[in-house]
Amino acid sequence: MADIVIDRVVKEFGTFRALQEVSLTVNDGEFVALLGPSGCGKTTLLRIIAGLETQTSGRIVIGGQDVSNLAPRKRGLAMVFQNYAVFPHMTVFENVAFGLRMQKAQQTEVKRKVERAAALLHIESYLDRYPAKLSGGQRQRVAVARALAVEPAVLLMDEPLSNLDALLRLEMRTELKAVLREAGTTTIYVTHDQTEAMGLADRIAVMYGGKIDQIGSPLEIYATPATRFVGGFIGSPPMNFIKVQCSQGTARIGDAALPCPATSKDIELGLRGEDASLSPDGSGIPFDIRVVEPMGSHLLLTGSIDGQSARIVAPPIAKVNAGQRVGLTVDPTRVTWIDSITGRAIA
Amino acid sequence: MTIQAAEIPQTTKSRSMALPSARRLLLWTGLAVLLAWVLVPIYFVALGAFGGRLGVFRWPKTIWPADLSLAAMTQFLSIEGVFNALVNSLIAAGLTVLFSVLLGAPAGYALARYSFRGQNAYRLLVLLTRAFPLAILALPLTVSFIRLGLYDTPFGVSLIHTVLALPFAALVTQSLFMGIPREYEEAAWVFGCTRFQAFMKVVLPLALPGLAATAIFAFVISWNEVFAASILTVRERTLTAYLLRILAESPLHYRFAGGFILIIPSMLFIFAVRRYLFAVWGIASK
Repeated sequence: MADIVIDRVVKEFGTFRALQEVSLTVNDGEFVALLGPSGCGKTTLLRIIAGLETQTSGRIVIGGQDVSNLAPRKRGLAMVFQNYAVFPHMTVFENVAFGLRMQKAQQTEVKRKVERAAALLHIESYLDRYPAKLSGGQRQRVAVARALAVEPAVLLMDEPLSNLDALLRLEMRTELKAVLREAGTTTIYVTHDQTEAMGLADRIAVMYGGKIDQIGSPLEIYATPATRFVGGFIGSPPMNFIKVQCSQGTARIGDAALPCPATSKDIELGLRGEDASLSPDGSGIPFDIRVVEPMGSHLLLTGSIDGQSARIVAPPIAKVNAGQRVGLTVDPTRVTWIDSITGRAIA
Repeated sequence: MTIQAAEIPQTTKSRSMALPSARRLLLWTGLAVLLAWVLVPIYFVALGAFGGRLGVFRWPKTIWPADLSLAAMTQFLSIEGVFNALVNSLIAAGLTVLFSVLLGAPAGYALARYSFRGQNAYRLLVLLTRAFPLAILALPLTVSFIRLGLYDTPFGVSLIHTVLALPFAALVTQSLFMGIPREYEEAAWVFGCTRFQAFMKVVLPLALPGLAATAIFAFVISWNEVFAASILTVRERTLTAYLLRILAESPLHYRFAGGFILIIPSMLFIFAVRRYLFAVWGIASK
């Protein structure tokens, strides 16, 4: 068990700055997801932690030891790769045993630990098979078992579920969470899938353009995004951003008025689609519906507020039609105010 | 080299099933012609080698050998110097295999795994070693080989053959190593291997079939090469070079026997590794 301190890590590829002074502390036993779109530097950061990539500057400290310049094998961690990297010329047993064998563990101990990891991931029945005979989901289990068998202080996972089909992904996600909670390993998990990050992680670090935009619990990140990017990236449908005029602490949209922070003139209202409700009498923020999509659990309404496009979630039984103008009531405590120029939330 | 064409029908069989009958006919005709092109001469060489002295001169030729005998073969093998030349050939080919794999595979690995300045130029340069005709190099080489004491040794011949085999070895092993995902190595590093251990435990076992194919190719190149071997040796000739000299003045059925013996190793080796060759060239053999 160990904590991880990432201290002002910078990575440059030639003139391109993939990571700009990223700092992050992961507590002992915590599960942190690095979430972001492709090219945001999340995988690069993970590979630097693993020692597969060398940082341009900055430090990585694992369990109090500065590992910045150590080879991967000396960092006391295990990793699950996106394509699993299960060795094709070894049986499942030998794959799971690989790390233990490298530690020169006793044969009886190898057997015991492999069997325990195999039991945890339900792969006991094909320990003597070769990976070529396994399905993607089974290989994925082998890769996780191989990582857990060495009882690592730190477990790194690089989009481990992205190569599975949707149904299997959901199943593995639930199982992974249970297994990792039992193991209590400090875990860093890279993903571009927000539902994975939300479902698995204790805390999520949302990355964008080589920076961490926000670190927080899934609920915090969802409810109070720190930047316009985080609000737009998390949640489905994404947060709506409506440019409004703010004067003397009040923003007016149609005949509705919302209290707003008077710090800036260029200001945007960040509004989650499900945080607005249809007002019974048509008062409130005017919303022109263009498309109605019945999603089963809810209606997804696409339209515009004050000429700016927006998506609103309505109850499935709501009586609305395309082309109709409805009024929205909004709880002022559930909205986020964004500075138009910096793109950051106004506290 | 000759057997590759003979292997094609098996690999294309499954694909041809889908073709309309006229195109299929055309395909099979083409294949039959190609097969005949390669196999008929080999068959006649074998016929000449085992058909005895009279069989060689019989006309019209019979398809089936009239009087099979190993006489020509055994007599040929007992000619003085043939055995010594055979040993020389094996030594030269063996050393060529050793050198081209030991030098070519690391070069291929470097080309596959690292990007470095001048990579493309280097790749071109590797190929460029084949751009100079051996005939031009032979004379200066002879002079320097005499100076270095390499002249008239199988070792000296193997050096030249390594030059011929090396570009092939480097480029084939490059594609071989590129086909082995980097993640395998990275996983090995993470789970406790040094770079060298990761190579030995993970990359090498996976590369072995391809390396075997590379080795066999180097062997065949050396075995078949006659020009450099003739120029750089006098007494310690390799089999091809030796046969070239003595067969010119031998009876016809001896020539057939010699020719047949020269064909056999290449055929056997290529047949043995055909699956790996197809794997290297990206042709599925199933």
